[in-house]
Amino acid sequence: MRFILAGTVFGFILIKSEVVSWFRIQEMFLFDSIHMYGIIGSAIVVGLIGTMLIKKFNIKDTSGNEISIKLKDNSLTKRYIIGGSLFGLGWALVGACPGPLYALIGSGYLIFIVPLIAAIIGAGTYGMLQGKLPH
Amino acid sequence: MYELLLEPMPWYIAGPLIGLTLPLLLIIGNKTFGISTSFQHMCAAVLPKKFPYFNYDWWKQGKWQLQLSFGILLGGVLAAFFIPEDYVIDLSTSTIATLQENGISNFNGFVPIEVFNWENLASLPGFFILVVGGFLIGFGTRYAGGCTSGHAITGLATLQKASLIAVIGFFVGGIISTYFILPNLFN
Repeated sequence: MRFILAGTVFGFILIKSEVVSWFRIQEMFLFDSIHMYGIIGSAIVVGLIGTMLIKKFNIKDTSGNEISIKLKDNSLTKRYIIGGSLFGLGWALVGACPGPLYALIGSGYLIFIVPLIAAIIGAGTYGMLQGKLPH
Repeated sequence: MYELLLEPMPWYIAGPLIGLTLPLLLIIGNKTFGISTSFQHMCAAVLPKKFPYFNYDWWKQGKWQLQLSFGILLGGVLAAFFIPEDYVIDLSTSTIATLQENGISNFNGFVPIEVFNWENLASLPGFFILVVGGFLIGFGTRYAGGCTSGHAITGLATLQKASLIAVIGFFVGGIISTYFILPNLFN
């Protein structure tokens, strides 16, 4: 329930701040406005301060457990360059990343069910080819 | 209050709130923020376990992310009540000019309706954007092990090299689509 609630707040913000807009994504990749950079940049700063405070004060989660951040595999590079670029191609075409896909469908742009299904098929294709791809 | 909710949310309010999601999820459930893994869980629910990528307890590990994704969808439902009928995004004039050159004429709402409609799905540009673009979102994020939330926000906020490389990749791909693919798609 708490994750549904957190998601609801997050989705609401994605729509109200126009992050879900194809127009805003084009504007970002055209480097014409601070809007998207301001959002992502300030989100990173707040996330950085938040995680630093958690570590500094050894804050526990609500069940009293030690908080651990799941890290990426920082020893690899190929998967981030290739995978990242492929995602970037799709991000600018559809004008939405995974979160906004869900939010757009909820807000009534039902056509985004198509890229969502295509994305799930894309994830499945990656999963089946994983062993054959350079990482 | 209602009047205020009808206004677009400025970036300097939305950004920090989005950033708070990262510590919030850590505190309420010891979960590391990321959305694209929800695609993996949906695949793991139906695809054979002979592939290591799907061989895990998708419900036990993925329930929280599927709930988060469902919540995001609900947030969209809720937000729709606070979007005026004649909503137009205050884009930069330069972006409007570029998009007009590329053949976009309708700037109402969140997305260009002339591109994002069911009839257009049967056209080559429509299919390419909606299906090929969508496929690349899922394939690319899973290949890279994260999307905007997992890499650009969580990964950069935790100063990880992997995420910096991934985000550079996001921009390489995005710039290719924006400057070279989309202009040729509509004209």
